Amino acid sequence: MKNHAEPISLKRRYRRDHAIRLLLAAATLLVLVPLLIVISYVVIQGVNGLSWDLFTQELGSPSRARLGQPTGLVHTMIGTLVVDGLSLIMAVPLGIGAGIMLAEYPDHRLNPLLRLLNDTLNGMPAILKGLLAFALIVKPMGTFSGISGAVALGFVMLPIIARSTESALSIIPWSIREAGLALGIPRWRVVLSAIIPAAKVGLVTGTLIAFARAVGEAAPLLFTSFGNNYLPGHLSGWLLGPVDTLPQRLYSLAISPYQQWHEMGWAAGIVLLGLVIITFVTARLAVRRR
Amino acid sequence: MEQQKTPSTAETGEVRLETKGLSVHYGDAVGVREVSIPVYSNRITALIGPSGCGKTTFLRALNRMHDLTRGARVSGQALLDGHDIYGPGVDPVIIRRRIGMVFQKPTPFPTMSIFDNVVAGLKLVGIKQKELLAEVAENALRQAALWDEVKDRLNLPGGSLSGGQQQRLSIARALAVDPEVLLMDEPTSSLDPQSTMRIEELLAELKKQVTIIIVTHSMQQASRVSDYTAFFFVGDLIEFNTTTKIYTNPEQQRTEEYITGRFG
Amino acid sequence: MSVNPAAEQLSRTPPLLYRWLGDRIFAILVTLLGSLVMALAISLAVVLYWEGAAAIREFGFWGFLTGTTWDPALRLEFGALPFFVGTVVTSVAALALSFFPAIAVAIFSAEYAPRWLSHIIDGLVDLIAAVPSVVLGIWGIFVLTPWLRDKFYMPIFTWASEHHPAWLPIIGNPMGYGMATAVIVLALMIVPFTAALSRDAIRLVPAAQREAAWALGATRWEVIRMAVLPYARGGITAGAILSFGRAIGETMAVAMLIGNKNTLPFTLFGPAATMPSVIINEFREAVENLHLSSLMAIGFYLFLISLTVNLLAAYIQRRMTVGGRAT
Repeated sequence: MKNHAEPISLKRRYRRDHAIRLLLAAATLLVLVPLLIVISYVVIQGVNGLSWDLFTQELGSPSRARLGQPTGLVHTMIGTLVVDGLSLIMAVPLGIGAGIMLAEYPDHRLNPLLRLLNDTLNGMPAILKGLLAFALIVKPMGTFSGISGAVALGFVMLPIIARSTESALSIIPWSIREAGLALGIPRWRVVLSAIIPAAKVGLVTGTLIAFARAVGEAAPLLFTSFGNNYLPGHLSGWLLGPVDTLPQRLYSLAISPYQQWHEMGWAAGIVLLGLVIITFVTARLAVRRR
Repeated sequence: MEQQKTPSTAETGEVRLETKGLSVHYGDAVGVREVSIPVYSNRITALIGPSGCGKTTFLRALNRMHDLTRGARVSGQALLDGHDIYGPGVDPVIIRRRIGMVFQKPTPFPTMSIFDNVVAGLKLVGIKQKELLAEVAENALRQAALWDEVKDRLNLPGGSLSGGQQQRLSIARALAVDPEVLLMDEPTSSLDPQSTMRIEELLAELKKQVTIIIVTHSMQQASRVSDYTAFFFVGDLIEFNTTTKIYTNPEQQRTEEYITGRFG
Repeated sequence: MSVNPAAEQLSRTPPLLYRWLGDRIFAILVTLLGSLVMALAISLAVVLYWEGAAAIREFGFWGFLTGTTWDPALRLEFGALPFFVGTVVTSVAALALSFFPAIAVAIFSAEYAPRWLSHIIDGLVDLIAAVPSVVLGIWGIFVLTPWLRDKFYMPIFTWASEHHPAWLPIIGNPMGYGMATAVIVLALMIVPFTAALSRDAIRLVPAAQREAAWALGATRWEVIRMAVLPYARGGITAGAILSFGRAIGETMAVAMLIGNKNTLPFTLFGPAATMPSVIINEFREAVENLHLSSLMAIGFYLFLISLTVNLLAAYIQRRMTVGGRAT
């Protein structure tokens, strides 16, 4: 066979190779630099707004901020903890239960349907989950409420927790379950006392990730917990009446016409971003330490 | 290790490839130590030895595949037609076109058709003319004894062939770029006996076009197909000679023990 | 042979109730929880349809979707076409804008970067997905929009008004809030999905495939182009479709930046609207039952679109995986 002439010189091929490497590096920067810009702005602008007042005062009417009177977001911070905490309490048992069903009873005939529906729910925009909570809770109750917000966020967390639970449990080899059963331990005990503790890290990580996702969602809360410029008068007001939360308040402050409220918006932003990042980093570290 | 004398029979032709003190190190561990052998043109040289003896490591040094492995270091020389492939300024991409390789597991590119697989190397170099590609493809497939089986279905995906056919496709792909030397790393070890036999048959024809170096863990295969054999053991070259001599009257005791199945 | 000190206690079998009933109760409980999850997923579709039924009945299934008038104030007539168009255009544009950079990041991280850099890049990409939409929204309002307006929109607008005034109706209002700004932020937000799935698929390409390409005398990029990317195309496509699905449902940043105009036609720079953005903007103020029902109906259509995209993603990924293995 003849030695074929090479129409594209090696030099050209190498030049192309080099050019592509530069292009790929440039594209990577193009993607990552805006992220860093966003975070820097949030930190720089938000840090100015961090003050003792922010964490101890209510918002009140716009005139408070405009006139320089004490104003803050304490009701927002507490509201966020209440609503998100409540939604965790609701979503975790359901999510872990579904995950156990998928992982521990793999031959259950409902499982393909469960997996399909769970994945579908996972892919649904959060705003739809807010609409669902509105229809199921707000309408019958006749009022916006903290509990409807918690339910809406629960819908967001649920499929994430179910998925990660199934994942964490499936990683544990089936032989461990068999070993437990062979010792005469009933199935339910094997799962609760042996499998779940072994999967502890994965379960916690999944919950943290779900929490980090939900805590940043504003859309579902805008028509469930709705928002409040004041602390609820009564303790039950946190659950049964409108409640302020960080992402929803951030939205309201940003689109308001008042400059002082814009500044508070940045402050809310740095708190929210901090909360999300700390949760994420914790989840990552938990995995690494395994 | 004592340098093996090259055989003095009249059979030897010119030397195509020659290593001088070639060693491969992985970090502190030695893969292969100071190997110096000649590889004769248009002959088949077999590399044999028990697993882990370094024969594959040595083979991969011959087309600079170790460049891609982190922590691997090659020292010594490998001379292709007198020029060291590890010399300063030598481009490994050029070397790999002149010294081709067929791997243990057949690896056709699954998303390409049979035809595209065969001419993949040509397209890289910029050859585009359809007639030329078709001609080269047919030649390569004939050399690989696959043409008759696939000539009517060149457009089918590469993955649709049987294991033995896929391996012959891989051989055709390597041949299409017109290499001077073909390295084969246990090319039949994942194939059934029928396919193995077919490939061994085509090797006899193939060596008229290319110089072949084949790693094999089957002594019988080495004795069937090769002209020269090099026996490796734990990273050292123990003996190199014509295949006949190695199998009938080896000079080293270790060689004899391996040949007679005492270990390995 | 010595006797096990606990032999006596071991020989006592636990009560039947503990064993058998415990298992039954556990299984039932778990199934109940799983079924509840399924019920919730189904109820999403049912409730959205139920709540939107009034509007759908009033205007017809297709009539509602293709109606171009959205008038909650005067005529109480609701047609969702502007928002449908807005959603489709912004999502397609965002995907187009983000696709190649996302793949590039995946390739760079998986094939070119040293391990430590790769970890950092992957972490940062995942961080993009973690930033809440409202945070990007506030940054978009106070930082990006003025910058785009001053550096791009106004110059282009003035240039066009001098040289190609015929283009002005297409270019639109350069004030800043509008389709272009929303698309840019949306593109950034959806990069992580394509990048992560592509990166995973690329990493799964077997070494043997790469080596075969190297052995033919290919350069590094040629190995990627010839052996890696085709093999990984299932994961890459799934990532792109997933990104698209996220773009469709993305609400807050879009609502804050898109300017909120409820009528077609939309322009390049000028205000527009999407299905999620109109729900956000009008829901809290909606009083009329038909208005609320129409917004819910938009939610229902959004659900259908999202469902279709998700199913499509799963189907295409299955079709494009090599040899049935997940890529």
